[in-house]
Amino acid sequence: MTGFLDAVGFGEWILHALIWLPLVGIGAVLLAPEERAKEIAFGWTTGLFVLSLGLWWSFDPAGPLFQHMSSTEWIGAFGISYALGIDGISLFMILLTTFTMPIAILGAFKYVKERQRAFYALMLLLQTGIVGVFATMDLFLFYVFFELTLVPMYFIVGIWGGERRIYAAVKFFLYTALGSLLMLVGILYLYWQAQLNLGYPSFHFFDLLGTPLTLTEQLWLFVAFGLAFAIKVPLFPFHTWLPDAHVEAPTPGSVVLAAVLLKLGAYGFLRFVLPLFPEASAHPTVVMIMLTLGVIGIIYAAWVAAVQPDAKKLVAYTSVAHMGFVLIGIFALTTNGLQGGLIVMISHGISTGALFLILGMLYERRHTREIEEFGGIAKVAPLLATALVITAMASIGVPGTSGFVGEFLALLGTFERYPVLAFLAATGVIFAAYYMLPMVQKILFNPLDREENRAMKDLSGREIAVLSPLVGLMLLIGVFPGPILDRMEPGVQAIIEWVDEGAAGGALMEEAKGPAGVREAPPPAVPTTAELGTSAMDRIEATAELIHGSAAQREWIRVAIGDQD
Amino acid sequence: MISLGFIAEGVAQGGASGGYDPLLPGLILLLPLLGFAANGVLALMAGSRAADRIRGGGDGAAIAGPDGKKPFTHTLPTWIGPGVLLGAFILVAINFFRMLGVELTEPVIRSYWSWMPTGTLSVDAAIQLDQLSMIMMMVITGVGFLIHMFSVGYMKEDPGYPRYFAYLNLFVFFMLVLVMGANFPVMFVGWEGVGLCSYLLIGFWFQDREKADAGKKAFIVNRVGDFGLLMAMFILFATFGTLDYGAIFQQAPELFVYGGAAVTAVTLFLLLGAVGKSAQIPLYVWLPDAMAGPTPVSALIHAATMVTAGVYLVARSSVLFAMAPASAAAVATIGALTALFAATIALKQYDIKKVLAYSTVSQLGFMFMGVGVGAYAAGVFHLMTHAFFKALLFLGAGAVIHSMHHALHSTHKDWDAQDMRNMGGLKRFMPATWITMWIATLAIAGIWPFAGFFSKDEIIWYVGTAGAFSGLYVVLWGMALAAAVLTAFYMTRMMVMTFHGPNRTGEDEAKHLHEAPLNMTIPLGVLAVLSVFGGWINVPGSVRESFFGGFGLLPMSAWLDSWLAPVTAGADAIRMAELGAYADVSPVGGGHVVWGAIATTMALVVVILTARHFLAREVQPAHIDGEPESGIGKVLYNKWYVDEFYDRIIVRPILATSRFCWRVIDRVVIDGTVNAVGAVSKGVGWFGSLFQTGQINTYAFIIALSALVVLGAFIF
Repeated sequence: MTGFLDAVGFGEWILHALIWLPLVGIGAVLLAPEERAKEIAFGWTTGLFVLSLGLWWSFDPAGPLFQHMSSTEWIGAFGISYALGIDGISLFMILLTTFTMPIAILGAFKYVKERQRAFYALMLLLQTGIVGVFATMDLFLFYVFFELTLVPMYFIVGIWGGERRIYAAVKFFLYTALGSLLMLVGILYLYWQAQLNLGYPSFHFFDLLGTPLTLTEQLWLFVAFGLAFAIKVPLFPFHTWLPDAHVEAPTPGSVVLAAVLLKLGAYGFLRFVLPLFPEASAHPTVVMIMLTLGVIGIIYAAWVAAVQPDAKKLVAYTSVAHMGFVLIGIFALTTNGLQGGLIVMISHGISTGALFLILGMLYERRHTREIEEFGGIAKVAPLLATALVITAMASIGVPGTSGFVGEFLALLGTFERYPVLAFLAATGVIFAAYYMLPMVQKILFNPLDREENRAMKDLSGREIAVLSPLVGLMLLIGVFPGPILDRMEPGVQAIIEWVDEGAAGGALMEEAKGPAGVREAPPPAVPTTAELGTSAMDRIEATAELIHGSAAQREWIRVAIGDQD
Repeated sequence: MISLGFIAEGVAQGGASGGYDPLLPGLILLLPLLGFAANGVLALMAGSRAADRIRGGGDGAAIAGPDGKKPFTHTLPTWIGPGVLLGAFILVAINFFRMLGVELTEPVIRSYWSWMPTGTLSVDAAIQLDQLSMIMMMVITGVGFLIHMFSVGYMKEDPGYPRYFAYLNLFVFFMLVLVMGANFPVMFVGWEGVGLCSYLLIGFWFQDREKADAGKKAFIVNRVGDFGLLMAMFILFATFGTLDYGAIFQQAPELFVYGGAAVTAVTLFLLLGAVGKSAQIPLYVWLPDAMAGPTPVSALIHAATMVTAGVYLVARSSVLFAMAPASAAAVATIGALTALFAATIALKQYDIKKVLAYSTVSQLGFMFMGVGVGAYAAGVFHLMTHAFFKALLFLGAGAVIHSMHHALHSTHKDWDAQDMRNMGGLKRFMPATWITMWIATLAIAGIWPFAGFFSKDEIIWYVGTAGAFSGLYVVLWGMALAAAVLTAFYMTRMMVMTFHGPNRTGEDEAKHLHEAPLNMTIPLGVLAVLSVFGGWINVPGSVRESFFGGFGLLPMSAWLDSWLAPVTAGADAIRMAELGAYADVSPVGGGHVVWGAIATTMALVVVILTARHFLAREVQPAHIDGEPESGIGKVLYNKWYVDEFYDRIIVRPILATSRFCWRVIDRVVIDGTVNAVGAVSKGVGWFGSLFQTGQINTYAFIIALSALVVLGAFIF
């Protein structure tokens, strides 16, 4: 497989293809007849998913930290480049996106009945934005893609949403737009500081990395970036846009929102906030605030979820609780914590996506989201019941499912440094049962005492096709998370190392900025494992030789590939 | 990718196997899992068919097809369900005998794949075979097979028959994972997995709201315990950098300080987990409700296997508990309190399954006392004999309920088929059930030569002689004796009310009372034999040489003690070094044999007196008798009002807080702020719009003014 992919130059074009082909798909969807639009969109996104699967083989777990890198000047005067590249973390975020899209679209076949072409065009536009966020190495480009995701989502909620769609859409837009505006200010400040330091303008991640900033500057920038990401995550108390958006959004919107869009926030923390503002990120007060908010989110959201009469709102609040686990995993700054947080991100994407799909299926049958309206559904829809029970178990982290691996590792990693907070967060496993089981019971179990429910149909072939890959992945990742953890590990180690070194005075990053600069250098070729050697030091040396050879550049590569010695 | 052969064999890892070569250990796990998969598919097919009938206006309860024959979805599970268990049992037995012949000092470990490799943590999907896991596996697959077989008769008319066997097979799989896991996380997979199956099986008849509620309660209460287990794992990882049993138990004496805070915290958290799963105070409340499940489920999960997982956990972590004397004392104290407390509730219950449920809670308390005072083998011994006689009691109760159900159903009488006040005189109708249940009753009451005598006496003896370590154990010893007396009382009461005296079911109904079919009575018979002789495998020398061992003539031995010695050696050594040996007399004098004699005589006297008392008393059917209205009887009947108490101090406050968080914090405080910000910005927008007049001269004026202001700012 790897040989074939090399032969077709897969690594060189795949990221570009995954970003821009959805836009081509928009053309196809808009040209198609109204009733064919969904099929074309489904086919298109499925094709993209199959294409993206090649990344599993083309991404070398033993290779450099960032792979498939490329860089082209975009707006030269401002140092804005069209720079792409992925590490193990972005790899799985991209796969999660390409995997979720066709499933969300297939799940919406019956839900969306009006203006279908526009709807599927927006879904494809959303995919471009999301993949772009995960694949870019340029901070300005990141901002562009980050904002780009906002627009289609706003329309998806606002046009195809429920009764209070306008309120929900505006709330969603204002909340997130407010956050990102502050981030833009932060990005520009960072850019100017970096330019002073580099002697040339650049938004490239590697150029910005190690920009000397005082602790005060870092803290302010942390706030500017952090607020945008905290809203996106969402972190308590910035979460109230989410339940409204989820409840009003059409099923596919909710699925994409939960499965992928929320991850943009967590990804932003990982990719930019932690490495760029290491001193602030590791500042005890900041860490304590972030962890505390994460823990509050876990418990508070679980409690609030437990008393929701609306099933979709309940699941929306569970998202807040799950993302709390992600946050504590990230800010504990331990290998286990970050790995766990990332698995929670993936697992939450799959299980919450599945929950929204199942609730959507129930809605299509009964046109209600009120939990009390159901009861005894397991009798008339055993397949749906099976899927819901397995999904619920994955969501509350029963071992053998993906949810357990994530929560266990996130808590374990947090405990290593903050035992008391981990203790509090771990009570979340009790409260997860407290919100999830009553809902499962009220929908699936209890007497089948409503006439409308007696006539309910079980899953159709299409719905089985939608849910089975999700259920399969929940179990597969629960049992064999190894290949995912292995691929993410270098990325995780690099982040921890950047933060540790940055927090220790940033000595390494001081040296990391070479006089020649990075952007002028040809984009680093991807050396093979054989050329890289086996030990981390060998790999650094070899990579450095391959590119230039100056001591300074050796240093930035050392940073870039995350020297693990 | 992974061959079947590999799954069955695994990769040997570390440790001396001592010449023991396990036969296909992975297959032991795989068989029940495959059974689950097959039965699960059949269950979905049957469920879909029933669903179609409901949508068509039917009730979905009919099983037979139009031709009057049962479809394959309801005939295949009869063979698959018990079949995979029999296969697993045979494999376990072969491995048991293989292990019997060798000196095995360390567990044999088989690793399958790297489960959670994060970079700093490494957890393998690995199983281990040693003397302790082997005993547990024998009980799980052996008793499990008998209960599967019984279930065929008990459940065959249930529309959910294939689903039942799917859950039951899955349960056995997870239970085996629990006892075979070679590290804490793998054990935890089994731990929560059995909880999940327990949830599904308690709520098996989920259309009944109460039953579905009971399942939910069991799951949530158990999660409190699981939380404890998670915390224990975190501390262990922070200390040892690994979660493998081998490494932890080996290094514990070096890395932990005897009686130190860390090891005490770990063991207390483990205890929280054990208390949840084994239904001890304060988390026992789920088990009596769990009786909502089908009765064979109560026998397998809520008597013989799953609820003993806490005892297994303490025995497995014996080294840690030996290093934390405070935690060990807590284990024993909780055990003693629970044993006595649950026994008092059992005195006044009328539901035959509730009596057995509280009896189970009480007996688990005895096991906790055993492992708490460091007598791990005695605890495991009682675990095993209890599995025999309590499974027998539950299955017998199942046969009774089955029969009562038929009888009441025949005339559509709406009486409770489980209420003992509606029974009476059943021995005439069900002699095999009657005799076997009496054997189990004598066993649980602790009467020689039945199994329970040896195991319970062993525990009481060790609790008493642990008085050498601390006066606390003398108190616990007194409580244990009291609980033993109560056990003999409530069990005899149950037997007399159910089987003796006049029949109260009603004349028409009584005609339909019948003995259970052979596939249900055979398991009863086998378990009865085990309930008689099962205790003979662990009799101390002095007792063997006395009257109890026929002065050495009966085939008894102290086998279990020596068999488990390699597993408990570490803990025993620590105890000897820190606390010393157990005393060789009871707290009030008398040796082992003397106390055995006193205990069995006492139990016998209680049984006889109780039987006479209840035989002489006239019992009224439930609808006449009603509830006790005052005094201690009412309190006991209402289970000391613990459920109500928990409802007031835990459940309702959390619900109230949840509503407060939602309605006040989320909606008013946070959303209020957000909406206010929105309103303010709207206002600012409106203010700004005032300047947008569309008149050039206004704009020019504003621009000029602004320019002046900016200029001014630069100048000054």
